[in-house]
Amino acid sequence: MYLNNDPLEADFQAKIDKGQNIEAKDWMPEKYRKTHIRQISQHAHSEIVGMLPEGNWITRAPSLRRKVALLAKVQDEAGHGLYLYSAAETLGITRDELYDQLHSGKAKYSSIFNYPAVTWADMGAVGWLVDGAAIMNQVMLTRTSYGPYARAMVRICKEESFHQRQGYEIMLTLCNGTEVQKRMAQDALNRWWWPSLMMFGPRDAESPHTEQALKWKIKLKTNDELRQQFVDQTVSQAEILGITIPDPKLKWNEARGHYDFGDIDWEEFTQVVAGNGPCNRERLEARKSAWEKGAWVRDAALAYAEKQEQRSLKVAV
Amino acid sequence: MNQKIYNYLLILADNPLILGHRLSELCGHGPNLETDIGLTNISLDLFGQVRNYLQYAAEIQGLGKTEDDLAFLRYEHEYRNYRLVEQPNTDFAWVIARQYLFDAYHLPLLNQLVGSKDSQIAAIAQKSIKEVQYHHRFSSEWVKRLGDGTEESHGKIQKAVSILWTYCGGIFEETEVENEMSQLGIGANLDLVKADFLSDTKYIFNEAALSVEGVDWSQKGGKLGVHSEHLGFILADLQYMQRTYPQMNW
Repeated sequence: MYLNNDPLEADFQAKIDKGQNIEAKDWMPEKYRKTHIRQISQHAHSEIVGMLPEGNWITRAPSLRRKVALLAKVQDEAGHGLYLYSAAETLGITRDELYDQLHSGKAKYSSIFNYPAVTWADMGAVGWLVDGAAIMNQVMLTRTSYGPYARAMVRICKEESFHQRQGYEIMLTLCNGTEVQKRMAQDALNRWWWPSLMMFGPRDAESPHTEQALKWKIKLKTNDELRQQFVDQTVSQAEILGITIPDPKLKWNEARGHYDFGDIDWEEFTQVVAGNGPCNRERLEARKSAWEKGAWVRDAALAYAEKQEQRSLKVAV
Repeated sequence: MNQKIYNYLLILADNPLILGHRLSELCGHGPNLETDIGLTNISLDLFGQVRNYLQYAAEIQGLGKTEDDLAFLRYEHEYRNYRLVEQPNTDFAWVIARQYLFDAYHLPLLNQLVGSKDSQIAAIAQKSIKEVQYHHRFSSEWVKRLGDGTEESHGKIQKAVSILWTYCGGIFEETEVENEMSQLGIGANLDLVKADFLSDTKYIFNEAALSVEGVDWSQKGGKLGVHSEHLGFILADLQYMQRTYPQMNW
């Protein structure tokens, strides 16, 4: 349990309770710092690993307009990775150290990106569902207690909600198209629905960090609350598309004022988190390979910059 | 006349199309995030230019086709890009050398096209030139970094430049349509573009301690529709959806 005997810690908690931001130079408990490094870097890693499943459709996008939009979207994700790594760096860790944690498997990233993007409709489903689920978390994080993270999230959220609309529009076009296109859309929903619900994390009863995270305003809502909110908002969107959410237990519950929904396959969730999902190995290999193949390029840039500096020093002398 | 302008527009469009495709293959796989974003930016700019050229080409062709019909549904020999831009992303040195050689040609080309008597081509060039100035700065800076970086980077960029230089002759190969467009003041004078290209590359290679001396043969044919083995694979990717699911809206 939390001890407020320490005046520094009491002052810190008082700030959070008043809704003030904690800034990089402010005193913070070591656990708060570590939790943030973990969470922000996990988020940054998710952005750059998340570039891969969509990136594999850029070269095959069905029209120039879609190609440009997808390319821009994946580029936005790289940009989000940059802001988030920078936010994590304010907590006293370098980007290279964070990459090492990703490449060694020590750091996690969102498990959703361990699922394959097998058809064009997946570009729609990922935008609609995956970005949609991500936004629920991220909107909450714009009010999180750590200032640099909250500010990064404001910008990210604006772009993410654009991505979600873009994804939904891809789905809408498919659903207004031929039978083949509708089937493609339904198939994508079938495959992405349950993994999207898993994005909110374990049930509250099994989420060990929730209480502390709520107290520090790292989280403002629990996993189950956010998951319910996502289901409630998505059902009507699927109805407009005319495709069916693959859950026979999905039903409006008048008394609760929410949709009831079926059981998530938590065994699958555990397996994917443990590294045994359909694409865990490929995603990590792709990241490691890009990093390793880029080593000589980064070395060259550094060597060149040093030479330039020495030359300018000589000129100055 | 329209047919000739159409043919000329295909040459202008197909190079950014194929190069943009090659760069888009790299999205998410760059040596660091900043470079990844930079290369994707270039790819995005190039596809924007492609759309402008092909929308105009479809309009003057007058057969009711769209930019996508022209981008995705031509046969291999109907693509008019140079072989240079088809070359694969062998490593980062190749990506940079290919980009720089293209930019060193693209910038003086657009410098002339802004004065084209065809107002549409002039307008597209005007919009594109600011983007291409950035591409040229990005790629030439990287040529210098790699050329004057480490021994390893120097070796890699020298090798890439030596090989890719042999594809540059194809850029300046004379074709009837380009000669005619140039004479009419619609298209660029390739001799002048070439002079600028040679002086630019001479200066940058000197800065980067690179040499292309002794590389005096060239691979030609791209503009006439004769390509390397790479183009077929590029088209297999590029055209996949349009060929597999014909006549659908996306």
